[in-house]
Amino acid sequence: MRIDLTPRTGRSALMDALSPILAFLAALVIGGLVVAALGRSPAAAFVTYFMAPLSEVWSLQEVAIKAAPLALIATGLAFCYRANIWNIGAEGQFVVGGLFGGWIGVAAHGIPGDPLWVLPLMLLVGTGAGMVYGLIPALLKVHLGVSEILTSLMLVYVAELLLDYMARGPLRDPAGFNFPQSVTFDDAAHLPYLMEGGTLHAGVALAVAVVVLATLVLGRTLFGFAVRVVGASPRAARFAGFGDARLTLAVFAVSGAAAGLAGISEVAGRIGQLQPSISPGYGFTAIIVAFLGRLSPMGILVAALVIALTTIGGEGAQIDLKLPLDLTRAFQGLLLALVLGADALSRYRVRFVPGATA
Amino acid sequence: MAPVVPPARTEGPTPLFGAYGIVKRFGAFTANDGVDLEIRAGEIHALLGENGAGKSTLMKILYGLLEPTEGVVTHRGDVVRLAHPETARALGIGMVFQHFSLCENLTVAENIALVMPKGLGGRALKARIAAVGTTYGLHLDPDRPVWSLSAGERQRIEIIRCLLQDPKLVILDEPTSVLTPGEAELLFTVLERLRDEGRALLYISHRLDEVRRLCSRATILRGGRVVGACDPRAETARSLAALMVGAQVGAVTAPAGVATGPERLVLSGLTLPAPGLHGTALDGISLSVRGGEIVGLAGIAGNGQAELFDALSGETLAPEPGMVRFDGVESGRLGITARRRGGAGFVPEERNGHGAVPTLSLSANAILSRHATARLSRFGVLRRAAAKALARDVVAAFDVRKAGPDPAAGTLSGGNLQKYLMGREILAEPGILVVNQPTWGVDALAAAHIRQALLDLAARGAAVLVISQDLDELFAITGRIAVLHHGTLSPAAPAAETTREALGLRMGGAAPAEDPVTGAPDHAREAAHAH
Amino acid sequence: MTVHGLTLDIVQMVLVTIVAAATPLMIAALGELVAERAGVLNLGVEGMMVLGAAAGFAVAVETGSTFVGAVAGAGAGLALSALFGLLTVVLSANQVASGLAMTILGLGLSGLVGASYVGLKRDPAPHLALPGLTDLPGLGRLLFGQDGFVYLAFALAAGVSWFLWRTRAGLILRAIGDDHTATHALGLQVRRVRFRAVLFGGACAGLAGAYLSLSYTPFWAPAMTAGRGWIALALVVFASWRPFRVLAGALLFGGATVLQLNAQAAGLGLPGQALSALPYLATILALVLLSLGRRRGGSLAPAALGRVFTPHR
Repeated sequence: MRIDLTPRTGRSALMDALSPILAFLAALVIGGLVVAALGRSPAAAFVTYFMAPLSEVWSLQEVAIKAAPLALIATGLAFCYRANIWNIGAEGQFVVGGLFGGWIGVAAHGIPGDPLWVLPLMLLVGTGAGMVYGLIPALLKVHLGVSEILTSLMLVYVAELLLDYMARGPLRDPAGFNFPQSVTFDDAAHLPYLMEGGTLHAGVALAVAVVVLATLVLGRTLFGFAVRVVGASPRAARFAGFGDARLTLAVFAVSGAAAGLAGISEVAGRIGQLQPSISPGYGFTAIIVAFLGRLSPMGILVAALVIALTTIGGEGAQIDLKLPLDLTRAFQGLLLALVLGADALSRYRVRFVPGATA
Repeated sequence: MAPVVPPARTEGPTPLFGAYGIVKRFGAFTANDGVDLEIRAGEIHALLGENGAGKSTLMKILYGLLEPTEGVVTHRGDVVRLAHPETARALGIGMVFQHFSLCENLTVAENIALVMPKGLGGRALKARIAAVGTTYGLHLDPDRPVWSLSAGERQRIEIIRCLLQDPKLVILDEPTSVLTPGEAELLFTVLERLRDEGRALLYISHRLDEVRRLCSRATILRGGRVVGACDPRAETARSLAALMVGAQVGAVTAPAGVATGPERLVLSGLTLPAPGLHGTALDGISLSVRGGEIVGLAGIAGNGQAELFDALSGETLAPEPGMVRFDGVESGRLGITARRRGGAGFVPEERNGHGAVPTLSLSANAILSRHATARLSRFGVLRRAAAKALARDVVAAFDVRKAGPDPAAGTLSGGNLQKYLMGREILAEPGILVVNQPTWGVDALAAAHIRQALLDLAARGAAVLVISQDLDELFAITGRIAVLHHGTLSPAAPAAETTREALGLRMGGAAPAEDPVTGAPDHAREAAHAH
Repeated sequence: MTVHGLTLDIVQMVLVTIVAAATPLMIAALGELVAERAGVLNLGVEGMMVLGAAAGFAVAVETGSTFVGAVAGAGAGLALSALFGLLTVVLSANQVASGLAMTILGLGLSGLVGASYVGLKRDPAPHLALPGLTDLPGLGRLLFGQDGFVYLAFALAAGVSWFLWRTRAGLILRAIGDDHTATHALGLQVRRVRFRAVLFGGACAGLAGAYLSLSYTPFWAPAMTAGRGWIALALVVFASWRPFRVLAGALLFGGATVLQLNAQAAGLGLPGQALSALPYLATILALVLLSLGRRRGGSLAPAALGRVFTPHR
């Protein structure tokens, strides 16, 4: 038997929107089967994963707080992936952004009068650090032709070890009973809360703002157009005068900055100090979010909420149903695989040709 | 499957291979529409037709690469199903591809071993390659990697690969399109010899002279249907062309006399290293094109055309700014956008993926090359409405046929997309226009339209440089012609004072004036390639 | 024992540790080399490796057989690579994204599979013991005292090399990795060959993981591959897609790992994190040096690597 793929001529917008939803449903079914195989009720698991977090204000806030870094990082990654450039080291850029931004917070500890410049400087330094760290693989690619996939990933490990060293060593709180963490930031180094008494911090609003901005940049500007052309056809991009070297640097800078901003927002928002580890793998999960959102910022926002929901739900399931956290990760990986498969099915008409080979 | 009976034959002995009532549809498009074809042993049978007439589809069906939607293929009168090239090869069908199906980084012997039956490899295979080479005069070093070979040598691999399987039918798809005249002569000798051995040859071409010289029968395709069958030796080139093209081709207005405008495009000693393993280096290219004239660059594909185009457009920068001058401005170190702002326009050879992005709309493709010269972005923000208006203007001015108001570029036919890309540049009224293969793969009517547009542009004072492999085209529209060979450019000669033969010799690497007698083109070319 | 014999034994001990650290890299990289030679970039190696480690350990505990465990590890990697092949080879999905999906999926699945085996310990895979030979001073343990995985890794390099350059199937595989359009036009079965190459790569990655949990540590811990799958990917590039250079590169990286461990034990002035970062920094450095040395002459990568092939015809 042979399987032929014919490109679909008229790709409908409906099909494009439906394919990730169908993939999500398929992942639900498979996930349900796995839960049943683990001896739990799939219905109960569904309620715990997807309904329970939506039923209370605090868990809704948690979903938004988890979704914000995912949306921020994935929006940056969308620039890279649309241009067919593979930054898979956003995790490292996130960590570096959190580390250097947080450093300002540590240094500003104890300055009296809660000066107004501290928080903006932290955000700026965090964003800048993420950008610079993102530019390392970009420069190696542009000038030496080294694959950005491997270098950006290797730098994740380096960044994590660097943070680990700093949090345990130079930046450790001297009065902290040898706990491996820094001082708790002053109020001036904390992102403000959006609601009195809630946990929702300004980083969430920042993420939404970046998503809106990215929508405009990708859809309405020459730069966004250039990103699309480079991804679709590098030769045509050169013909258009969009230098691929400059563009590679630009998209890495954008995605590194977005990840860095997400990192410092997490440190200045949710965590409030530096710790040996500040990310439960946001930088990798964001890759799923980027593809689930079809590399469009608005889609990414929705996808980030869905993934955050499953993460919060997964924590609930671990407590209530004794389902392992790894189930959530496996579900997310499966979801990405299914989204990619569904995408292929929406791009090609698949025909089974019995009897033939190849 | 119900047994299929081949249709009753009308005349003559049972053909070696037959195809009857072949229909092949790709979605809504019908590439072959009820085609009948019979091939007999010991004949060279021509399959004539323009680009897009359905020749390639039919040939792929015969080689088992495509299965027909309807219709049957017969071998000595029996219906056969060619589901796979291996089946076709087992029946004795061999194929010499136009776009060689060779792996660049494998050696000659490895490429040949790919299609040999199991168990034949190593020394035994090399011995057989040498044996066939001696018999037919097709000499090749089996250990050389393909990327180091010329087009003619690559074709020899295809032919040897085919002959090692002792084929009864050899299909050749546009075999001379990449050859010098001398290499083509050598090929004809081999083909005649194969015919005399009793093999059948299906010769696919749109070159009428070759067909009249070689073939004893011809089947002519137009729009996927058979529109005629004849003995080409009894026909004139004109009558064959009329069958092939169908519509009357409008003649273009002849170019004016000697251009006296200012020098607008000047190349002085342009030298560039080869871009990577498979590219051609440019070596001291000098040329001047005046306003009001069209200059043609002839040459066999792969002699530096793409590299020269990129150097002219600014996609590759020259080492010295003065090597490329546009309207007196040293432009060698300027990028393509700056060159466009200076009044230059460019139309590359490859439409999809170079001149246009196939998945983007026509208006987005207008932005591609005109974002700076048609003010399609302001402070970095795109002006979509202006882009749509520009696309509409191009479509109207160049009679581009399309479906829908702003379809993706990839949905247009080759000819219509080429008209669009040509119009996109010409509406900018460029002072300098560089075009690579302006009518490659374009139907005759669209080609005439494009050529006329180039002549009109030059008449308005622009300097036009046309890179083309089509000598007929160059003689029809250019005032002067230079030949690009192996990265060097001959002096441009007035088109009226040069001949097809003289150009052919130069294209093969021989200088006709200095060496008219012994200028055996094939050897000269080989010498030039021996690096 | 003489002083001379003592130093010899220390040298041998270091070499044995280096070989042990290099073995998983060799096995995984040789599998990925075959996939890449066929034109498929599989970024799921890390996921297949970690799943192989979990499944291999679980099955070995249940059956009590290291051999069955190793086979199960290879089978787990193969199963995951089948999904990868379905996506990338059959459905022409993006290879980079699909590979990442496999890595995430593999990490999650390995956690599920291995959950109830955390903290268990098994005897390491048995080592070869040839009376007389294994006890030879200086060389005996290095040459005649390794476990089956190590000998398999070296045999695999020879086998892959023989397959790629001495067999017709290997020739076809290389040709498909060089130009899928041309080979498709010749009627060669591009997708079938690629799918099989992907399966081979997945099985090797799974086996490499099984080595980690059955022989190297020998226990299961979540995410225990710690980026070795990615280093294997880098090794393939570093080795210019040649099997024996993979061996050399893997030994070099094994050396870096051992150096890091020993330096930490010896308590050099450097922080432990800096030493832990060494293999990753060494990978980047190796890639940079390689590309510096290759400025002239273009890339040696299979020409069709990572490009999507869509056989509509």
